[in-house]
Amino acid sequence: MSDGLSGYNFAYLDEQTKRMIRRALLKAVAIPGYQVPFAGREMPLPYGWGTGGIQVTAAVIAPGDVLKVIDQGADDTTNAVSIRRFFSRTAGVATTTRTADATLIQTRHRIPERPLTEAQIIVYQVPIPEPLRWMEPRESETKKMHALLEYGVMQVKLYEDIAHLGRITTSYDYPVRVNGHYIMSPSPIPRFDNPKMNQMAALQLFGAGREKRIYAVPPYTRVESLDFDDYPFEIQRWDQHCALCGASDSYLDEMVTDDHGGRLFICSDTDYCGERRAAGHRGDTDLPANPAPRTAP
Amino acid sequence: MYVAVKGGEQAIDNAHRLLAEARRGDPAVPELTIEQIAQQLGIAVDRVMTEGSLYDRTLAALAIKQARGDITEAVFLLRAYRTTLPRLAVSEPIDTAVMTVQRRISATFKDVPGGQILGPTFDYSHRLLDFSLAAAATVDAAASPAEPASASAERTDAATATGPTPRVTDILNAEGLIEVETADDTQPVGDITRQPLTFPADRDVRLQSLTRGDEGFLLALGYSSQRGYGKSHPFAGEIRMGTVAVEIIPEELGFAIDIGDIAVTECQMINQFQGSKTQPAQFTRGYGLTFGHCERKAMAMALVDRALRAEALGEDVTAPAQDAEFVLSHCDAVEASGFVEHLKLPHYVDFQSELVTVRTLRQAFSDREIPGVPDV
Amino acid sequence: MTADIDALRPGFENPAPDANAVFRTVLTGFSYPGRILALPIAIAAPPRLNATAAAVLLALADLDAPVWLTADVDTAPLRSWLQFHCGCPLTALREEAVFAVANPDAFGAVDGLAEFAPGRAESPETSTTVIVQVADLRADGAVRLSGPGIAAPRSLAAPPLSPAFWAVLRDNHARFPQGIDVILAAPDRMVCLPRTTLTEG
Repeated sequence: MSDGLSGYNFAYLDEQTKRMIRRALLKAVAIPGYQVPFAGREMPLPYGWGTGGIQVTAAVIAPGDVLKVIDQGADDTTNAVSIRRFFSRTAGVATTTRTADATLIQTRHRIPERPLTEAQIIVYQVPIPEPLRWMEPRESETKKMHALLEYGVMQVKLYEDIAHLGRITTSYDYPVRVNGHYIMSPSPIPRFDNPKMNQMAALQLFGAGREKRIYAVPPYTRVESLDFDDYPFEIQRWDQHCALCGASDSYLDEMVTDDHGGRLFICSDTDYCGERRAAGHRGDTDLPANPAPRTAP
Repeated sequence: MYVAVKGGEQAIDNAHRLLAEARRGDPAVPELTIEQIAQQLGIAVDRVMTEGSLYDRTLAALAIKQARGDITEAVFLLRAYRTTLPRLAVSEPIDTAVMTVQRRISATFKDVPGGQILGPTFDYSHRLLDFSLAAAATVDAAASPAEPASASAERTDAATATGPTPRVTDILNAEGLIEVETADDTQPVGDITRQPLTFPADRDVRLQSLTRGDEGFLLALGYSSQRGYGKSHPFAGEIRMGTVAVEIIPEELGFAIDIGDIAVTECQMINQFQGSKTQPAQFTRGYGLTFGHCERKAMAMALVDRALRAEALGEDVTAPAQDAEFVLSHCDAVEASGFVEHLKLPHYVDFQSELVTVRTLRQAFSDREIPGVPDV
Repeated sequence: MTADIDALRPGFENPAPDANAVFRTVLTGFSYPGRILALPIAIAAPPRLNATAAAVLLALADLDAPVWLTADVDTAPLRSWLQFHCGCPLTALREEAVFAVANPDAFGAVDGLAEFAPGRAESPETSTTVIVQVADLRADGAVRLSGPGIAAPRSLAAPPLSPAFWAVLRDNHARFPQGIDVILAAPDRMVCLPRTTLTEG
């Protein structure tokens, strides 16, 4: 600990703060999808950069955990690197980029492609925990709406999309109903990932630091994406497959390869892509050769 | 290409190195000392202490140095440090009536007991760049400063600098002209660093939020309340700045002991109140308090505090400055800057899903295949 | 005097990791209701508490979490121990308690279970977590559990708890999202029952 963090407790937070967060977490698990207010602390990373997820991870993490941190599905994005370093320094835990090896996964904006197990906990970083925020900015009102299950505005919002555009256009942070009761923000994951939340074997914890809310989805819990009988929920699909590993079942990132409309599609989940390539799967492009330009549709 | 997009550890290390270089600037120029910042950029230090909610001039000066003069960043550094400190004791309320006053003015009375004391203020300076300060920077700093102004020379009357200086609002209070404010000791005082802010928020937690709130945001809100966005007819009843003693009562002693002095700025705004069916017309109060010398902040805070009392006083809530949830949810510079600046983080997964949606919508449009949902 | 000696009985040997281990066990318990989980650490229990109940309070109670003690547990030595190690306020009001420790009576019921704080409609998290001390926990009982966290219905035996207890818990479940949450604490193991768990039989 030559970096000046030696004076801090295990996993940075003091024990009293951890107890406060742990009590909030237990209530969150007992009330699936309900946002539990907690006295979020200032963290040495900025608000909006994962302080909620970091506080949840810090309260949960044990010396024997193996931590994986992803941002946009990737382990090597700068903010994921920064958060992983934070816990290596303050908790001294083992870290991994392999989804299969992790016991604790902190994520921003994705759920790994590999199904999670009972031996794992996934912690989501949440910017705006309130799914009704865009329809009603007041906390005092949204609290009542949740208490009374007054969710008509959400259905109206989705229906207006259909009326104007012929489909529901919410493509990420797509609202879900948990255990048939509360409507919940899944955090800004693409709706491609929504179905993974349903009946997941792993515990799902959500931390919103700036908004000071913690919520949870227990394992084996019903998580339904809101929709209509005649406009059922559907996930994103690509005509392309991953240029590196050839996967056609994963969420793809689009990369602009030149200024003539060249595009390359690759797995957003870098571990999934790497595992497939290690198993011999190949896409059209050899890493890191220059891709052939494609024309955008 | 792939590697370049994904960034990584090396990039972060390099950024830290470049930041350290940029902070230091030209190594031929002498490095700023913490003491220089604490002494010569005192108002910046006071602001960082106030919004950082930690009274420590040395640490605040260090934060300013480390933040390269970025005040919001310095506040953030100080807050992140503060949150790790153990809580050893809770002080007794400070008593500003027995402040050792350095500045004390009232706009509501020509003269007040205790006198008007201008103290160190920009108020009556002509805002002309003083090139002698630039010149002085090149000569030996040891050149003796002008003779210190004597305290009595700043005073407009012959009152002594010691002893209690009654607050202007207390004088009005004696006549029953202003609402009475009594501390409710039956209720525990809220603590926004220990309990999440919830709404409706009581005045104790509102005032805490405002003191930590961003000066610029409160200034604009206070200003808006003067321009008709919210009913406000404020008078600066009193602004005072000086030092007060901080006392704690250790459990084992059972009586108060003095643990040191802090400098604070206090502003009491006096506002009109028409009265109601149950209450005669009376003046009402808005309150502002900051660490150090943050007069603009204290005044703006007092305006906003009064505006936020609209609902409790039975006034219409129509303007942003009167809306507690709007003001308190957005006044914290550390929260606000974090969330605004997080837009710099990668969002390409979400953007990709938006791309898919927009392309699909455009395809549907060009195919003229907008499904037939009746207009409503 | 005895109170002071009992207060000096040790708490956690290694506070941070022990508290974490107990918390993780409780978190797993509430995540997978009905799963029987071993107490992960050894601890010298204070008078009237079994080791599991003691460990849960050590891990989670503090000055912000008032504790309620049932009469046959509430002794001066235990009060001293709790105040020394947790610093938690002890409350006589069930509705104020963040945590409560209760024992089944001679009939296997828990007196006044329905009077603990169920939380408010707008803030259902302000409910009591009730630690019920039991003799044993086995997976072969007549009580069937279902709900979130339970992939396939589970069975549970928790002697000496009687059908009267499970009936109160069933009513509690019906109040969702309000309701208490329960930790069944046997001397060396625990089962957690959040309000989402439906108990039948």
